[in-house]
Amino acid sequence: MSARSIYFDHAATTHVKREVLEAMLPYFSENYGNPSTVYTIGRTSKKAIEEARETVARIIGAEPREIFFTGSGTEADNWAVKGAAYANMKKGKHIITTSIEHHAVLHACQYLESEGFEVTYLPVDEYGLVTPGQVEAAIRPDTILISIMFANNEIGTIQPIAEIGRIAREKGICFHTDAVQAMGNIKINVSELNVDMLSMSAHKFYGPKGVGALYVRKGVKLTSFMHGGAQERGRRASTENVPGIIGLAKALELADMNMEQHNRKLVALRDRTIEEIEKKIPFVRLNGHREKRLPGNVNFSFEFIEGESLLLMLDLKGIAASSGSACTSGSLDPSHVLLAIGLPHEKAHGSLRITFGDENTDEDVDYLMEVLPEIVRRLREMSPLYEGIRSSKE
Amino acid sequence: MMYSEKVMDHFMNPRNVGEIADADGVGQVGNAKCGDIMKMYLKIKNGVITDVKFKTFGCGAAVATSSMATELVKGKTIDEALKITNKAVAEALDGLPPVKMHCSNLAEEAIKAAITDYKRRKGLIEDDGDCNVCCLRCEDIHHHLNDDDE
Ligand SMILES: Cc1ncc(COP(=O)(O)O)c(C=O)c1O
Ligand code: FES
Repeated sequence: MSARSIYFDHAATTHVKREVLEAMLPYFSENYGNPSTVYTIGRTSKKAIEEARETVARIIGAEPREIFFTGSGTEADNWAVKGAAYANMKKGKHIITTSIEHHAVLHACQYLESEGFEVTYLPVDEYGLVTPGQVEAAIRPDTILISIMFANNEIGTIQPIAEIGRIAREKGICFHTDAVQAMGNIKINVSELNVDMLSMSAHKFYGPKGVGALYVRKGVKLTSFMHGGAQERGRRASTENVPGIIGLAKALELADMNMEQHNRKLVALRDRTIEEIEKKIPFVRLNGHREKRLPGNVNFSFEFIEGESLLLMLDLKGIAASSGSACTSGSLDPSHVLLAIGLPHEKAHGSLRITFGDENTDEDVDYLMEVLPEIVRRLREMSPLYEGIRSSKE
Repeated sequence: MMYSEKVMDHFMNPRNVGEIADADGVGQVGNAKCGDIMKMYLKIKNGVITDVKFKTFGCGAAVATSSMATELVKGKTIDEALKITNKAVAEALDGLPPVKMHCSNLAEEAIKAAITDYKRRKGLIEDDGDCNVCCLRCEDIHHHLNDDDE
């Protein structure tokens, strides 16, 4: 329908970069050996996985034996949260997290509550931030785990992870961070940050879907995620997703190499878009923090209109974006993140998330700014909520 | 989730959008909390709906069902209009995705609310002071949705 096709949903997923795909391909065909075998093609696979592990470890400042490959970011989160809870339940049954975690952490915590654990969901301020002081105040003698996301997938807010890590370390409590959105956007060193566990997912940084990794600091007590063979040192049994693992490592390596350029470019696109939306469209609210924000994240609420309608109209213009509206997910409520930062329901329904990636250009933003104000105007004309506002201006 | 061509047509080119300044009946249903509000304006002559306009805050399905509902009531008598069901509106749109069926309730309720308002103004029914702004039915409906996660 539309001549243009622009992808602005990189927080949902990214395309697999050509170099990544090329690195993966041989492991589907000629190098198909099972890494657990002794003969040559099996050893080739094993060697490739161990090199991938070393690459990931080097980039985040860990040791190779502290990296465990998983089937996704969700799996890494589930393993970290439930694994640490069960491994430490004799010490206590209290967990601290935030109210804006991804569902992979939130729902894992809710499950643990049904298993007799107690969870404190820290509230956030209007920008989506938790303070180290809040975390410290929530710690109890029976606290066994703190899980706080590095950067939020919806509003892009970046948490003070190093400070929280210092507190967790002082108190001797295991600290996990869901870095699925941060990886590839923020330089991460697990030692400097004092994190004990960290989740990542390849498809958020131009790698393949269905593969992730969990960093587990040496000495952290964690139950096994899958019981079976001896893969991942017996803690995550199952024949490895060799091409996926190779793809994850290659993608992370590229992201690490390009980090500075990537950030400079995305921040410029982001800040320009924020500025122009605020200038050209009335009744908008930027969600999230202006500075402590992922480089490619723009999230606005447009008053008086509903997010799904906005997305459909953008789609008809060839633009792919996302919204926190309940109508887009078919679930009960609009985004828990937008509600947690204090948005009333109707403003949460009217949200638009644009997340930039490496292939986006200034021309893409030109085009967005050409079509977006008109779409918003059109939907507002149609909205009964806008009537009084408009006539009071007239 | 996929919308039918007809839904997309009514979403992109909604019929009868707007207000009627001297409407004989106005009904507003839904609430912003659930993410959907529909307001319907009716012009009624000798018991026949001669003109109709709507304003909607809601998803694609909410806009399309509003638009279709206005087409369905135009030219009908009040009694005929009151018989239009949400199912009929959805069918006229070649169906709605299951999670969006509740959006069509809004259309049926908006018609009823606008006609009730007309009758009240005419003194045909007593003004019982009941609020017709939000029936809270949308909340029940949302609660019955499955808990799909992204
Ligand atoms: C913050 C965060 N955590 C976890 C996940 C889940 O990752 P995956 O899709 O690999 O399961 C996502 C992606 O949707 C995310 O944004
Ligand atoms: S208005 Fe919310 S799903 Fe249709």
